[in-house]
Formats: sequence, structure tokens, C-alpha cells
Amino acid sequence: MPGLVFILIILTSFFFTGIVIRTKSIFSGRKGPGIFQPMKDIGRLLQKENVYSQTSSFIFKIAPDIYFASVLIAIMLIPFGNQKGIFSFDGDFVFFAYILAVGKFFSIIGALDTGNSLEGMGASREALYSFLAEPAFFILMGSLALLTGYTSFADIFNGIHFGSYISYAIGTLASFVLVLIAMIENSRMPVDDPKTHLELTMIHEVMVLDNSGFDLGLILHATNLKFAMYGAIIANLFLTPGKEWYFSIPIFIGVQILFAVVVGTLESFIARFRMSHNPQFIFTITSISLLIFFAVLLILGKYF
Amino acid sequence: MSICIVLITILFVLLISFSKEAWSGNIALGAVLVNTGISSWVAVNAVIGHSYLEIINGGPVFGDIPIRVDALSGWFILMMNFTVLTGILYGRRYMKLYENKSGMISLHFACYIINHTSMIGIFIVQNSLAFLYIWEIMALSSFIMVIFEYKKPETLKAGLNFLIQSHICILLLTIGLIWVSSHTDSYDFNSISTYSASVSPAISLILYLYFFIGFAIKAGFVPFHTWLPYAHSIAPAHVSGVMSGVMIKLGIFGILRMLLLVNQNYLIIGYIILIVSLISGVYGVALAIVQHNLKKLLAYHSIENIGIIGIGIGIGAIGIGTKNPFLAFAGFAGSLLHTLNHSLFKSLLFYEAGTIYQTIHTLNIDSMGGLIKKMPQTAILFIIAAMAICGLPPFNGFISEFLIYLGLFDGVHSGSLSITTIFILSIAGLALIGGLALLCFTKAFGIIFLGQARSHFDNEINESEPSKLFPGYLIVFFILIIGLFPQWTMRLLINPAGVFTSGMTDGFPALKIISNLQSISLVAWVFLLAIASIWTIKRFALRNKRMVIAPTWSCGYSEANSKMQYTASSYVRSYRKLIGPFLIMNKKEGEIKGVFSSPIHSQTHPYDKVEAIFIDFPLKIMNKMMARVRFIQNGNMRHYILYGVIFITIIVFISLLSGVAAYLFNLIKQM
Repeated sequence: MPGLVFILIILTSFFFTGIVIRTKSIFSGRKGPGIFQPMKDIGRLLQKENVYSQTSSFIFKIAPDIYFASVLIAIMLIPFGNQKGIFSFDGDFVFFAYILAVGKFFSIIGALDTGNSLEGMGASREALYSFLAEPAFFILMGSLALLTGYTSFADIFNGIHFGSYISYAIGTLASFVLVLIAMIENSRMPVDDPKTHLELTMIHEVMVLDNSGFDLGLILHATNLKFAMYGAIIANLFLTPGKEWYFSIPIFIGVQILFAVVVGTLESFIARFRMSHNPQFIFTITSISLLIFFAVLLILGKYF
Repeated sequence: MSICIVLITILFVLLISFSKEAWSGNIALGAVLVNTGISSWVAVNAVIGHSYLEIINGGPVFGDIPIRVDALSGWFILMMNFTVLTGILYGRRYMKLYENKSGMISLHFACYIINHTSMIGIFIVQNSLAFLYIWEIMALSSFIMVIFEYKKPETLKAGLNFLIQSHICILLLTIGLIWVSSHTDSYDFNSISTYSASVSPAISLILYLYFFIGFAIKAGFVPFHTWLPYAHSIAPAHVSGVMSGVMIKLGIFGILRMLLLVNQNYLIIGYIILIVSLISGVYGVALAIVQHNLKKLLAYHSIENIGIIGIGIGIGAIGIGTKNPFLAFAGFAGSLLHTLNHSLFKSLLFYEAGTIYQTIHTLNIDSMGGLIKKMPQTAILFIIAAMAICGLPPFNGFISEFLIYLGLFDGVHSGSLSITTIFILSIAGLALIGGLALLCFTKAFGIIFLGQARSHFDNEINESEPSKLFPGYLIVFFILIIGLFPQWTMRLLINPAGVFTSGMTDGFPALKIISNLQSISLVAWVFLLAIASIWTIKRFALRNKRMVIAPTWSCGYSEANSKMQYTASSYVRSYRKLIGPFLIMNKKEGEIKGVFSSPIHSQTHPYDKVEAIFIDFPLKIMNKMMARVRFIQNGNMRHYILYGVIFITIIVFISLLSGVAAYLFNLIKQM
């Protein structure tokens, strides 16, 4: 059933951020809200009216819709172990990256539409960091394509399990890269701090200063969905082959929860970088994915 | 067919020169329509598999002139015809503003027709000498079109730059073509392949590189691109559109044609093209981002897109070299499709840039802003083209980049170590280009159309008239067709791309790609459906709520004004700092004096580092050396006559002496 993973990701997105916040509160010695509190906040926002800026045009009104839709479509491309996603074709991860870029394009120009200088600043940073992170993802997928000999999400994740145990080592490295990419894409620590109180130090949060009500709810939930989506990709690296759903679903949920706890832990113990250090950090990810590429070359014996 | 087109062109050029200036645009439109009709008919037949052959007797000078239209020529002719057509549809409205002011309009449109005909000629004529003549006609007619506003000094300067560089291109082509014909005694293009098959591989590689550099100047590969940003930014908008859309593709066509004719080691050629293209792609977009002049920004994007096309050609050639049919097919199909795609969205962007220019009389992005409220249709056309050029689905740019990605990912796991490594780097490069293009076009669209106006304009800003918008909508129609139904376009591409892969495929790569593209088309539709349904749900959820319009949140500051917005320069500032070493930024800044300073100004002008190294520096040295012989040019008429006499004497003596030398040589031989 190809829709299964879609439903699972949607379900995970409901409590993912809740777990992150809960982890952070435990580490900082607070009681903290329940894990469904972020969803309740979003539900409240969805019932509110929208406030639009005088400066903005129709771009500002349609941007959240397109952003949300792009994340939904990206999720439809994610497979579940050896089961294909709703859509699966050769090179679907290229489509995945580019459809997310469509959403980013609109969230950036939506921010520029308000004419607010701080939102322009956030837009500038978002565009800069996302182009820096792009090559890392493509090199990673290229290495996995090299390792398995396939060029679609489903085939790659299927093929990765038929290699030796070294492929799990690569899976671990790959999930490290994916966690970091997810942190950048979702504007979390150490690149951005969603809980900062100063607009000057924000990236994503400052872009949505003028969004309100239903639109803001869409944008916030899109972030949850994106987290769950990257969690699903990571889970795919470790889903055992075989069709047993009672085996793979717990692994999937487990990896997602682990991912959320890792994000919460990272955010509790790492301070946000200075803005000028972010590009260097993002370049590091590209070099790690190059490392994966060389590791794959070694495994395949292409190096003599 | 060809004689017919030439006669029609001459007829219409005469018609333009004898009719009123106001009519010349419509007459040119008529000429373009007729020529497009005739050549497209042949081209469509060629693309679906019926090549066209005609031999014209060119007399004793040219010999037989073969006219061959194969699928490759057909594809390029169709692409070119469409952009030339939208160009004249837009241009005849664009030129209305200059009527009765310059007196150049008739000449301009006459050149437009001649240029169209000469481009058709370049695609079909396969006789070296005739080819060079036609190329020269094309270069001169485009030069006249570029310097339309010749009264501005910077226009003339850029025009001369263009003229000189296009003649360096012709010089290289002449050397290459004459080299071959002096060895084979034939001007037919087929003699190139027989010649290169008969010489050693190293020589045919050098021959190919001659052609490659010649055509690369026309196409605008780095480091041969320096003429391009100047020429594109000063030409009238429709000419820029046609130049960027199709004229630089003549270079791509030449590279592809010579790839077929010159018999060489495809693998090495593939590597060379791939590396040059990667550099062009990344360098082009990296410089595009820091440009303040809208048309210059677009011109640098042409270099980037030429790079993407080149990456396709490079992996295609590597595919042939390694006998990998899928790689070859995906590479050539991707590059041919990107050639078409780029001609669509880039000409559209230039037309809209022209519309903006005629409305607010500036191309400086930093003084624009908020145009979407005054010119919503222009804004929509611009954003569609901007998304297409960034390679975002569901538009056409994505499809061609996707084909190239498919080829690259396939090559990664089927090639040798060196191919794998270079392909991984190409994938990263292509992803980087995509991300940088996103940065660039969010800047362009966001600063030009969104926010508040950044400066005050005296004239009223209005949406342009429908006849000026119409060519834009026509282009958008094709952008959407290719983006949403890529499988249809792919069917048309089977023959043109098959020209290269013939003998190694039995159609399976095409079928595999078509089934892939069908899925993409499906997902693209689902994406549009998802947007529509979210929008509907939002409308439904907000149906009983009032819509509140309030000032932009300005973080507690109450007097926010348009000057406080982010500008194009501030938007890319952190990027500029990041790539600083690759840039030259000329900065002019006033000093703050006293406690209450008078207004000070700060200006930044980006400059091309490649141009500084490869053009300006050698020119400086040349100037220095030439200064030593400047005494020859002293303005004294009697001296000039003396030079003439000396010259004639030397010529006479050389011919005499050569006769003597030949006689002596013969004498020695006989002894």
C-alpha cells in the first residue's frame, strides 16, 4: 500500500515538534508542555483570521499555500522500506529537491513582499543557506546511487540492504548528513534559533513576521511535516527488507522519535553560531558527503 | 526552398526601404511570418524524420552549395523561428516609442529580416565558404541592430566590442574551414569528416578545438563571454531577447554540428566540454547575482544556461565515447531541450525587462520596487519565466535539467573512476547553479516587483498594452506545455538527439525517459491540484472572517518608509562577502565629515574578473607596445603617401623576388 508512508509521516508530524520541545524542557529542568501542544497552537491559528500588510500583493496571500503544497508533494515521493511511495520514478530525489525549492522560492518572495527590512534580511539568509546546503544533498544521493546502482528513492533504499554490513556504516554517516540538512532546512540550531527573541538573529522566524492566522498555521505545520519527512528518509536507511508491517512500522516510529530526541538534545547543548560562521558550517556538510562518496568508492573497489 | 526565402527577404527589405517608417514593423512581421512558414514546414518534416536535401549551383566561386536539413537543423530552426516571431511581435510595439526620433527604424527592421534569413542559412547551408559569408552577414546585421541607440557613447562602445569579438570568432572559423578545404579541395562540410578521418587523432582534436573556441565565443562560454553582458544590456529589448534566446545558440549549433563532422576521440572532447561548461555555469550565475543592471543580470544568466547546455553536450559526448546509449541520449536530449527552453524563458525575461525599462526609464534594480501593483500581468509573466529559469517544476526549465541529472546519475554508477568523480562534481555543480539561480531570481523578482517603490518616477506607471503582452503569453503557453506535458516534447526530441546516438540505440533510452517524464507530468499536475485544494480550503475556512489590512509590522518602529526596505545590494551582501575572492567590486564611498554630515553617497559597481585578466590586461600591454610605433601615425598626409609608395614597392619586389627565388630553386633541383 503506497499511501501508508504518507499517512505515517502525517501522523508523525503531529507529535514530532512536541517531542523536541519536551526533550528541551527536560534537559533544562522544566516541566514543559505536552507533546501535542504545538499541534493545539496550530489548530488555534487555523481558526483565526488573516491580517495582510498594506504593502503586500497576491504573492503574499498565495505563498503559504504553495509552500505547504510543495512539502506535501515532497512527502509523496518518500518510500517505505521496499514499498514505493505514492509516486516513484528514476531521479525522483531530483524532483524532491526541486519541489522543495519551489516552496522556498515562494516563502522568500512572500517575505520580500511585505517590504519589511527584517523580513528581507531573513529572506536573504534563507536563500543563501539553502543554496549552500543543496550540493550536500545531491552528492549524498549521488553516492547512494553509485553504491546501489539505482536512481530512485525506492530502489536505492531497497538496494542498500543487500550490500555488506559496511553499507550500514554508510547509512549512519548518511543519516548524520541528513540530520544536519534537516536542521538547516528547518532553520533550527546550530544555524538558526527558532526561540530567539531578537529579529536580527533570526532566519526563518523573521521571514514569517507578517504572516498570521491560517497562513501562519500552514507555515508552522509545514515545518513539522518537513521534520517528519527527513525523519522518514533517515528511517528508510534502517528499515529491514521484508514486507512485515509489524516490523517496519515500529522501526519507523522509533527512528522518528529518536530523531526528535536528537534534535532536542542538539538544541539543548549547542549554542547558535554567529551568522558569519554559518556558511563554513554548511560547507562542512558538503565535505562530509564527499567523504561518503569516497567511502563508497572504496567499498566498490573503484580505487586501486 | 532556400532561393525562395532569399527572394522573399530581398523583396521585403526593398519594401521596407520604400515605405513609411511607421509601417516597417508590420512589414517585417509579414516577412518573418512568411519565412517562418516556409522554413518551419521543412524543419518539422526533418524533425519527424524526413530530411531535406537541395543542391544549389553557386558558380565557380562557391561550387555546389549543399542545403541539408536534418533533424538537428530542423530542431534549431523551429526553436529560432518561434523566438524571432515573438521578437518581432514584441519589437514592433517596442519600437513605436522611437518613431520619428531616430530615423533608424527602417534600417533596424530590414536588418531584423536579414538576420532571420541568415540564421536559417547557418542552420542549413553546408558549404564552408557560403557558411562563412552567411555568418558574416549575420554578425553585421546583428551589430546594426545592437547599436540602435548609437547616439549614446556606451552603446557604441559595447557595439564595437561586440563587432570585434564576433570577428575573432569568424577568424577562427575561417582558419578551421579553410584548413580543411585546402587539404581536400572541397567546400562541402562532408569533407571535414573525410579529412579528419584521414589525419592523426591529435590533429583532428586540434581541428575540433579550433571550431570549439570559435563557436564558444559566439555561445559565450567562459572565458570567451566578455562581449555578451555589454551587447545584451544595450541592445533594444527584443534584440536582446533574440540574441540571448537564439543567436548565441548558433554557437551551440556549431559545436554540435562539428561534433558530428569531426572524427575525434569523443571521450576527451566530452571531458573538455564538460569542464568548460561547469565553469561557465557556475561563474555565470555567480556574477549574475551581484549585477544591479537588470539586463546585465539576465545576460550573465545566459552564460549560466549556456553552461548547462554544455554540460548536457559534454555528458552526451562522454556517453558516445564510452558506448553508453542512455548517457548519450539523456545528455544530448537534455542539452537540445535546454536550448529550446532557454530561448523561451530568456526571451520572455528580456521582453519584460524592456517593458519595465520603457515604463520607468531605468534598468537599475535598486531603484525599482512595488511594480506588481501597477503592472500585475508583467509581474506574472516575469515570475513564470523566473521560476522556469531556476529550473523549478512545473515549468520547462526543470525538464531539461532533469534529463541532464538523469544522465549524470546514470553515468555515476556505470562509468569508470574518473567519469564517476567528474560526474559527482558535475552533479554538485548543477545543484549549486540551481541554488544560486534561486538566490538571483528571488532577488530580481522580489526587489523589482514587490515591496514599495524605492524611488519616485515622474510619469505614471501603467500596465503595458495587450499587444505588447501577447508575445509573452504565447511564450508562457509553450513553457507550460513543456513543463506539464514533457512526454510530448520528448517524442519530438527522439530524432534530433538520435542524430548523435544513431548506431548505438534501439530506442530504449527514449522510451525509458518518456515513461519517467510521464510520472513527472503526473506529479506536476498533482502539485497544481494540491495548491488549488489548499487555496480552496483556506477560502472555506476564512469564509466568515473579515480580512484585516494593516501596516507591515516594523518591530515597534512607527515611521517605516520605503527607504528602509532591503535593497538588491543588501539582499546579496552576505553572498558577496562569501565569494569575495572571485569578484571585483569597485566601490566609491564619501567620507562622513563633522557631527552633522552633509549627505554622502556610496556606490558599488561589480566588474568581471575574467574580463580584467583575459581582455583588459593584454589590451594594456598591447597599448604600451603600440605606443612605441605611434610615430608612424603622425597625421601628415605626405608621410601617408610615402607609406603607400613603400608598401607598393615592397609588394612588387616580393613578387619579383619570389619569381627569382622559384627560378633559383628549380635550378638547384635540376642540378
